[in-house]
Amino acid sequence: MSEKITGAEALMRALEHEGVDVLFGYPGGSIMPTYDALYDHKKTLNHILVRHEQGAVHAAQGYARVSGKVGCAIVTSGPGATNTVTGIADAMIDSTPMVVICGQVGVAMLGTDAFQEVDVVGVTSPISKWSYQIRRAEDVAWAVARAFYIAKSGRPGPVVLDFAKNAQTGMVEFEPAEVDFIRSYDPDPDLNMTDIERAAKMINNSVKPFVLVGQGVELGNATEELRTFLEKADLPCGTTFMGLSTIPSDHRLNMGILGMHGNLGPNVMTNQCDLLIAVGMRFDDRVTGNLATYAKQAKIIHFDIDHAEFNKNVPVDLKVWGNCKETLAAVTKLLDTSKHTSWIEGFKPYAEKEYEKVIDKALHPTEGPLLMGEVIRKVSEAAHNEGIMVTDVGQNQLMACRYFKFTQKRSVVTSGGLGTMGFGLPAAIGATFGAPDRTVCLFVGDGGLQMTIQELGTIMEQGAPVKIILLNNNFLGNVRQWQEMFFAHRYSFTPMVNPNYELIAKGYGIPAKTVIERKDLDAAIAEMLATPGPYLLQCAIKEEDNVLPMTPPGANIDEMLLEL
Amino acid sequence: MEQDTTKLYTFLIYSENVPGLLSQITAVFTRRQVNIESLNVCASSTPGAHKYTVTAYCDERMARILTSQVEKRIDVLQAHFYTDEELFINETALFKLSTPAMMKNREVSSLVRSYDARIIEVNSTYSVVEITCFPDVIISLFDQLKKMDCVLQFVRSGRICITKSRVEHLDEWLAVREAKRKATK
Repeated sequence: MSEKITGAEALMRALEHEGVDVLFGYPGGSIMPTYDALYDHKKTLNHILVRHEQGAVHAAQGYARVSGKVGCAIVTSGPGATNTVTGIADAMIDSTPMVVICGQVGVAMLGTDAFQEVDVVGVTSPISKWSYQIRRAEDVAWAVARAFYIAKSGRPGPVVLDFAKNAQTGMVEFEPAEVDFIRSYDPDPDLNMTDIERAAKMINNSVKPFVLVGQGVELGNATEELRTFLEKADLPCGTTFMGLSTIPSDHRLNMGILGMHGNLGPNVMTNQCDLLIAVGMRFDDRVTGNLATYAKQAKIIHFDIDHAEFNKNVPVDLKVWGNCKETLAAVTKLLDTSKHTSWIEGFKPYAEKEYEKVIDKALHPTEGPLLMGEVIRKVSEAAHNEGIMVTDVGQNQLMACRYFKFTQKRSVVTSGGLGTMGFGLPAAIGATFGAPDRTVCLFVGDGGLQMTIQELGTIMEQGAPVKIILLNNNFLGNVRQWQEMFFAHRYSFTPMVNPNYELIAKGYGIPAKTVIERKDLDAAIAEMLATPGPYLLQCAIKEEDNVLPMTPPGANIDEMLLEL
Repeated sequence: MEQDTTKLYTFLIYSENVPGLLSQITAVFTRRQVNIESLNVCASSTPGAHKYTVTAYCDERMARILTSQVEKRIDVLQAHFYTDEELFINETALFKLSTPAMMKNREVSSLVRSYDARIIEVNSTYSVVEITCFPDVIISLFDQLKKMDCVLQFVRSGRICITKSRVEHLDEWLAVREAKRKATK
């Protein structure tokens, strides 16, 4: 008979068995037995003490996005658990593999409105892939194995384990469990060769094909398969924000970004192609604009692993269900080697027009205050376009996605679906643990930084090498832009009275500098990147600058405004 | 004017017998502004599998979305939607009728008999009538009894139904899953 250990100790061993090496967390009453067990596992389970539970989940997300592994957060019951809700919802909509372990009161206290008791499973079920309450120590091994299997398989997502206190203290003989099959859940559907053949035929017959690339390609580890697919049949593509680093920014078949603040060419050509091929993307409203006029002239093929995504927003002519690593490879085998030279040339005038009207002005201003675009592009280039781009939400995010350049996969950490302000700083911390050898560049506004600014404490304690580029325009910039465009310039509560961020950074022992003049920008970026560890570079940005081009909400996707 | 394509659909959902699934399933409907008209949950003929019978008014596109979103929940085995023509449908209703009112108006008893309803209790105060049939018939009986001013209480069960199809989708699917499980091991 093997030795008996506590449920908390069983959790540690189960996490180690799953290959967890970093945990982001915050202790509290109902999770104390687990933290007590963690004390003896410090060497294998690197626990990063955040400063607020929301920071723990966003850090776990950042870690997962860049590493491809499951992010792990651990918090206490009640407020600890509810503070993770935003991150869980964010991970759900952006398909990020994550396991969140919450303490819970003992089962004898459940339903009594006990101190720090919240119905965590009830709260998190609609926003998680799976949510489960561990009520007995005997269930720890199984629940952890099932949680990690669900989080990382199929379309990845967040899983919540609600860990009752009696299950943490109860004694159990521990054997690690393996879960690689759940009867009711099929994350790995078999290839349907009829669909594969139909897809290949449609692509071979297409004169004006256009591929929409989403994050699903990276999640399915299919970047190589995508590239071969595109190159063999000479298929131009556009990417979503989440799929930005799937294909190098300068690849000749990468026509740019899709959607509301994307590039002109891809959006116009969406409504001109004869075949739209969506891979690992979900036709978000920010990508499609007005559905009534979206790609109505085209046949549509949708590759996805989540069957519920088919025909959800956009009716499609053919669905190809499965992991795109397999489906793309199978279709590619049947593709003719072809050229779409004149169709691809057709994107060029739009790119030139956008460059002249928008991009050149954003990247090469000669006078006036600093612009976001020029700062972002200079940071990207100074990091040899090999950095990880982390963004907060708002203009900083839209501009970073437009002007940061990518040569490496798994380089985008942004809150795409939920649009969570405050996501950036903790997610960047997580990214430094997920990819310790890479440069992590966080672009954040003066609004979003203050939503989770307490995580500067985590950066200080860990020496996490986050390069924080604070794009300070003294406004909640994106809302201000919409107020300018759609609410008659009525700036209702968007001007920001800001603290002295340099002083704050210095209080946390983080080197900081402010750039106001354009002539000082290059040297400041060089200094930031040359400084080991964290750094805060504050850039004084033009206050009322707008992100362009833009498709107004609800408008047709090919009707982008290039200027106001 | 846009054509109203809304009709009553019946959703048959099979799941593993785990706690907490009911709220997950109903949340899929309510989040998309679809009201559940009736709901029945019970064990199914397949060991370990629970069957949910849900009715709701929506259009076919929404019925498809609801079905796939329900099926996406980890512990749901299968979900399908049907129109009334594709199902054998029954509901049970119980009527508590005033016995004095019945005595006064003999038409009440003949109406109950004409619907093939069963009288399962009679005392001097009230009588209880039970009927199991297609829901529209229950409504019709209720409307007529109501006019006779004799109904003290009325209750309907959720809809129960079985499919007219000669194919047992769940069993076939479970066999495929079992084969896949064996291949995984």
